Amino acid sequence: MNPENLQVKIKAENLDFYYGANRALKNVTIECFDKKVTAIIGPSGCGKSTFIRTLNRMNDVIPGTRLEGKILIDGADIHAPDVDVVDLRRRVGMVFQKPNPFPKSIFDNIAYGLRINGMKNKRKIEEVVERSLRGAALWEEVKDRLNDNAFSLSGGQQQRLCIARALAVEPEVILFDEPCSAIDPIATAKVEDLIEHLKTRYTVVIVTHNMQQAARVSDYTAFMMLGELVEFDRTEKIFTNPANKLTEDYITGRFG
Amino acid sequence: MRKTRWTNVRESAIRAFFFTCGILTVLVLLGIFATLVATAVPAFRDITPSEFLLKTNWDPTSPEKAEYGILSMVVSTLMVTGGALLLAVPIGIGVASYLSDVAHWRVREILKPVVEILAGIPSVVVGFLGIVLFGPLIAKVFHTGHGLNAANGSVLLAIMALPTIISISEDALSAVPAAYGEASLALGASRWQTLVRVKLPAGLSGIIAATMLGMGRAIGETMTVLMATGNARSFPHGFLESVRTMTSGIAIELGEVPYYTTHYYALFAIGLVLFVMTFAVNMAADVVLRKYQEKER
Ligand SMILES: Nc1ncnc2c1ncn2[C@@H]1O[C@H](COP(=O)(O)OP(=O)(O)OP(=O)(O)O)[C@@H](O)[C@H]1O
Ligand SMILES: [Mg+2]
Repeated sequence: MNPENLQVKIKAENLDFYYGANRALKNVTIECFDKKVTAIIGPSGCGKSTFIRTLNRMNDVIPGTRLEGKILIDGADIHAPDVDVVDLRRRVGMVFQKPNPFPKSIFDNIAYGLRINGMKNKRKIEEVVERSLRGAALWEEVKDRLNDNAFSLSGGQQQRLCIARALAVEPEVILFDEPCSAIDPIATAKVEDLIEHLKTRYTVVIVTHNMQQAARVSDYTAFMMLGELVEFDRTEKIFTNPANKLTEDYITGRFG
Repeated sequence: MRKTRWTNVRESAIRAFFFTCGILTVLVLLGIFATLVATAVPAFRDITPSEFLLKTNWDPTSPEKAEYGILSMVVSTLMVTGGALLLAVPIGIGVASYLSDVAHWRVREILKPVVEILAGIPSVVVGFLGIVLFGPLIAKVFHTGHGLNAANGSVLLAIMALPTIISISEDALSAVPAAYGEASLALGASRWQTLVRVKLPAGLSGIIAATMLGMGRAIGETMTVLMATGNARSFPHGFLESVRTMTSGIAIELGEVPYYTTHYYALFAIGLVLFVMTFAVNMAADVVLRKYQEKER
């Protein structure tokens, strides 16, 4: 499944994931291409979040879980013993469903990722903070109030702040888990614009419940059901001429 | 129509009840304060306040010249309490962090009740520990004749303040939204960085409250320090000296003092000073908390 001969950024091979005895991912094999947006769609509970969270090993912190199969980023196994999970998460950023800024100032929210990596130079930090906020299309709105608490922002602004925060550590991949489900339509449009723009520099994987959103922002779409990958193809193909009956039923709204 | 009126009456009755409860606590507090002031003030017919607060000699029964300086006792109280906090706060925050962040849920299930049992140990028993266990230990380690000194009191008060500090800090840390931790980890922070830079600051108000409550527990504790600190009346120059705190001073002498003498009133004046000190601690905690919460908003 690589017609344009794109570079593969992420590859999951025969991925199984268990929460205790509950098998949430079943033999998922998929490739996400470099500097493309890959959307993951599927009915609630089908394992979208579980899948996307395996990519930066966020599931590691949940006790009683088990993963089988392989995930390769740039061809390297992210579960290899010499892989530092902290370093992996720096390379694979994540934006969550609900905006989750820290209870700190706008500035400190973004500087956090830099400071934990040992950056001390104030000028440099200020520079990156501005660049990240610009990158998340938030700079103009907050440049005069960088010391205000992040909670003083609107929900949509908070979500863009979280995106800026993720950008600040210069990841290669950004994972979005339903980034727009807790914000209003106008804010959603802004975040979508942003994602469109981000793919010039980053590989993006986005989970969404919103079919139009998947169609609008993504280049490739994966349809999952009950922990299995049902179909994966170019987004146009999935939305105009899906190969699988289940996919067709889902995107035409016959279930889900 | 009728029913509404009845509901209204009931509403206001309930409101009046809760209002009374609220007022009652304030009244009790005021009552204690008033009694304390009324019984303490006569002491200052014979003692000047500056003499009382700044002199170090306390010898009300001296045949030549009775002396009423409480500075030694105040300093002793501050030393023993400060030492206790120095021990209990880091350990308490450490244990709370461990319980909320690291421990397997089964370990937590066992440890939390243990901590609560610790809180229920009577102070006499803790004081006993000081005499038979920590005292000899301190004497051995530091080569002092006996171990009944400020250090011993600090250790014991730390033990007594720990459960409060642990359980309230743990509540504060557990109340920190999981989303903060996830956000931090997802940015490539280690668990340690996440704890120190995100979770502890987010739970700070609770941790400060825990510390203040622990301090309140320590500063007013009587029996333990009475048993374990040696009760020497001299001005303390170090943690290895015997000390007499304000609480033990009152407890030792109040039973034997003739009523309505200057000595008697002076003991209440010590109580008043102690009251003001704890009050100040609580006010300070309140100010800190409020400032912090404002920043958070
Ligand atoms: N922390 C967890 N512990 C146990 N089981 C979980 C956990 N998280 C998810 N699951 C289970 O794994 C399965 C997949 O859940 P997941 O959250 O990945 O679905 P999803 O596709 O993201 O759903 P939604 O669209 O509602 O977000 C579900 O059956 C869910 O109950
Ligand atoms: Mg989900």
